[in-house]
Amino acid sequence: MTEAIAGFEGAHGPKPRRTFSRRNIFLYGTLIMVALYYMLPLYVMIVTSLKGMPEIRLGNIFAPPVEITFQPWVKAWAEACTGLNCDGLSRGFWNSVRITIPSVIVSIAIASVNGYALANWRFKGANVFFTILIFGAFIPYQVMLYPIVILLREIGLYGTLWGLVIVHSIFGMPILTLLFRNYFTSLPEELFKAARVDGAGFWGIYFQIMLPMSLPIFVVAMILQVTGIWNDFLFGVVYTKPDIYPMTVQLNNIVNSVQGVKEYNVNMAATILTGLVPLVIYFVSGRLFVRGIAAGAVKG
Amino acid sequence: MKSLKSLLCGTAMCAAGAAHAVDLEVTHWWTSGGEAAAVAEFAKAFNEMTEHNWVDGAIAGSGGVARPIMISRITGGDPMGATQFNHGRQAEELVEAGLMLDLTDVAEAEGWRDIVHPVSLLDSCTIDGRVYCVPVNIHSWQWIWLSHAAFEQAGVPVPSNWDEFVAAAPKLRDSGIVPLAMGNQPWQASGAFGVITIALAGPEAWAAVSVDKDAEVAAGPVYAKVFEAAAAAREMRQGSNVQDWNQATNLVITGKAGGQIMGDWAQGEFQVANQMAGTDYSCLPGLGVNEIISTGGDAFYFPKQSDPEVEAAQKELASLMLSKEVQVAFNLKKGSLPVRGDVDLAAANDCMKKGLAILAQGNILPDANQTLSPDTLGQIEDLMTEFWADSSISAADAQERYADIIANAD
Amino acid sequence: MAKIAAIPMILTALCVFVGGTLWTVVYSFTGSKLLPKAKWVGLDQYERLWNTNRWIVSIENLMIYGICSLIFSLVIGFVLAALLDQKIRFENTFRTIILYPFALSFIVTGLVWQWILNPDFGVQNIVRSLGWASFEFDPLYNQDIVIYGILIAGLWQGTGLIMVLMLAGLRGIDQEIWKASRVDGIPTWKTYIFIVIPMMRPVFITTLVLIASGIVRVFDLVVAQTSGGPGIASEVPAKYVYDTMFLRQNLAQGFAASTMMLLAVAIVIIPWAYLEFGSRKRD
Repeated sequence: MTEAIAGFEGAHGPKPRRTFSRRNIFLYGTLIMVALYYMLPLYVMIVTSLKGMPEIRLGNIFAPPVEITFQPWVKAWAEACTGLNCDGLSRGFWNSVRITIPSVIVSIAIASVNGYALANWRFKGANVFFTILIFGAFIPYQVMLYPIVILLREIGLYGTLWGLVIVHSIFGMPILTLLFRNYFTSLPEELFKAARVDGAGFWGIYFQIMLPMSLPIFVVAMILQVTGIWNDFLFGVVYTKPDIYPMTVQLNNIVNSVQGVKEYNVNMAATILTGLVPLVIYFVSGRLFVRGIAAGAVKG
Repeated sequence: MKSLKSLLCGTAMCAAGAAHAVDLEVTHWWTSGGEAAAVAEFAKAFNEMTEHNWVDGAIAGSGGVARPIMISRITGGDPMGATQFNHGRQAEELVEAGLMLDLTDVAEAEGWRDIVHPVSLLDSCTIDGRVYCVPVNIHSWQWIWLSHAAFEQAGVPVPSNWDEFVAAAPKLRDSGIVPLAMGNQPWQASGAFGVITIALAGPEAWAAVSVDKDAEVAAGPVYAKVFEAAAAAREMRQGSNVQDWNQATNLVITGKAGGQIMGDWAQGEFQVANQMAGTDYSCLPGLGVNEIISTGGDAFYFPKQSDPEVEAAQKELASLMLSKEVQVAFNLKKGSLPVRGDVDLAAANDCMKKGLAILAQGNILPDANQTLSPDTLGQIEDLMTEFWADSSISAADAQERYADIIANAD
Repeated sequence: MAKIAAIPMILTALCVFVGGTLWTVVYSFTGSKLLPKAKWVGLDQYERLWNTNRWIVSIENLMIYGICSLIFSLVIGFVLAALLDQKIRFENTFRTIILYPFALSFIVTGLVWQWILNPDFGVQNIVRSLGWASFEFDPLYNQDIVIYGILIAGLWQGTGLIMVLMLAGLRGIDQEIWKASRVDGIPTWKTYIFIVIPMMRPVFITTLVLIASGIVRVFDLVVAQTSGGPGIASEVPAKYVYDTMFLRQNLAQGFAASTMMLLAVAIVIIPWAYLEFGSRKRD
């Protein structure tokens, strides 16, 4: 299904005619309205994070700041306290990086092999396992907290970084496997058959034929996983120790502190800072993301 | 400082030999300004008076977020050095499963039974005669905080008890003031109900229901009065569109609401806003009806570790938390009452002093956390959140469901 | 070899998903409180579950949220994709704007929308200050419509991804189809509904799995936006599970609730898998 990739840029509507046709006004009008709606919360977050507290109390959350201050950002990054440690989000940033990178790599490696095995080798019982995985996508995370505690304790990885990597791999597996399976199914089967005839084995075909053709879907998987793992709070906090707590733990501590005056500006700055990594990835690689999905998720 | 160290040596600590410096991780959910400052007192004392180091593991969001983490860590075989729980039954099963360190030797050596006041706090740390936790502070729920500005604006005197408050409510409403501020977090609704119960039904009826789980009293006429009062209070809270309790307190501070039923931790908010008790706001313990306070609060548990050196450090910390100096320093920052009656709190503010006086007279009740299981409390909380938010539930219906929960309580 | 390579998947499927599920089901028949204990109580937990008003409200909310979320996600996602598919300028910009909320966690989404929908300083306040004094818009403080307030935030976060999937699906449709339908004079909307959508079946399956699994697991958003309030008006099943297990320390009750949720999921998935894999051999 290479045309899915190649043909991605081809939109289907009739060719645009005059710039100010009634159709265009309607079309762009709607899209601009929609875009405004989607931008609104980000706008509120940014504007609020640049205001001082007195200005926020006065009340209009949509008004641009009268006096721009970067103090909330400084505070969120370097000064906000988590218990006794007053070094803001900076404390968790590198931990998040340390958690995210191996988790993303391992989970994608496993899921891509899964997808490949399911799509191309179709061993006995493959569909059963695949169905179970899809079922797994619907299990609320909270239900699995304790069983996984026991599991990790038994294999001696509880409280370690690698334990957390395993957890992320497990919960990323259903959707990622679905994506990879669909993608590999959409690749021309002749390629696979020809390689088989040439005597290539399981790994040979995977590394020499499948991998080189799968950049788009790997990009999709990477973006999904970076977002999911970076934003994760529950697993990071339950399955690790304070010295490797991710950034979201500090975010929670800043945002969720029940006592004292709520510093909305610091909350908003902290929120944006925490979301910055996935946001940047989306804004930079959004194009690849869509192209990858176009190639992967579409063919069943 | 020296005396404290030698005191520590008198107990189990020195038995472990020359103590090595241990990094002791302590988890807790005290993350706001005042709370963190209070924890800092613990950490400072621990770092200065012993060779060990306090490693802070703060998780904001209280029970909902912090507790699964603590329990997972303990059952997962990777326990922290010490952890906070509320006074009461939250950690009961962990103790029964043998996962918590037995502190009885320290407690007996230092005579905790004689110094902890009220002693019921130590009782809730004691299971089968063994001591498993250290109570560190007392927080009481039984307060109503009143805004002088709001009553002035409505042209009525500041009430001195609940009945006067109820009588003044329509006037407040007429002047565009919300009579009773209350946030939308579930625990606020059930907490306020508990306060109204103790004030209006009296401590005996409360104890019959909440301690002895007597469903007949819960379904009886005394409690019917309480539910009527709560239904009336439900109308008074209309219009307080806030989520967090401190936002509700802020309505009182700014005079947008007449009063708020909230625990003594609320006074921290008034302090931050530079308000003076007596001139800007008033506090009435027991709603001005029954001057009595419940003795909820926090306690520290020490999960069992295999390393004897860590165990020694845990016991040192336990002992330190109850020492006079640390109790004073901690509780002044926290705005709570100390767990020992023999310390001097000269720096306490007016409302805190009221609390201390009531405590000294012994007008105390256990906190519901000490008498009912978290499960039962949760069911009551659900009922109360529903009741306080939905005017279509009549007082009688709510009472019936309440009695049903009490009948099945464990 | 394929089987060996799939060992991580097989282990996960069997040990975690099947094992964890069975474990959950088994312990739902016990009286476990804080720690799992094999103290059998039969169906007590289920009896209590279905007698709990909050659980019933949670189920109702999930139904409303689920149905609305499903319909709106699909419709909005598809319409936006169709609009973006009209050879427009700045397609990349529009697409990025609609997609970016997906990069934010539900906690963040919930907080921001809690703020925008707050009657005292959000939308209601703004409209009132513009002169419409009686304007009322306080979904998060009104029991009857609070679930829609959550829906607004949920859709904001999730429709972007659906839109992208749909767009990708539309791009996969052969140009010839459009040409043919234009030659035959079939109106555009009819082409979409009767020709294009049926051809996009795989996309719809992927999006359905994504949306539905999101619905069943909706939790963070509610916690961040309303904590289930006002009253219990915006409670959802996943929150009931979490609260009973960890806040109320009644594991077995939480397990019973999750067993009911998993049962509902299984009732949907197993027939689907049967249809998908059972009857149809790969072509």
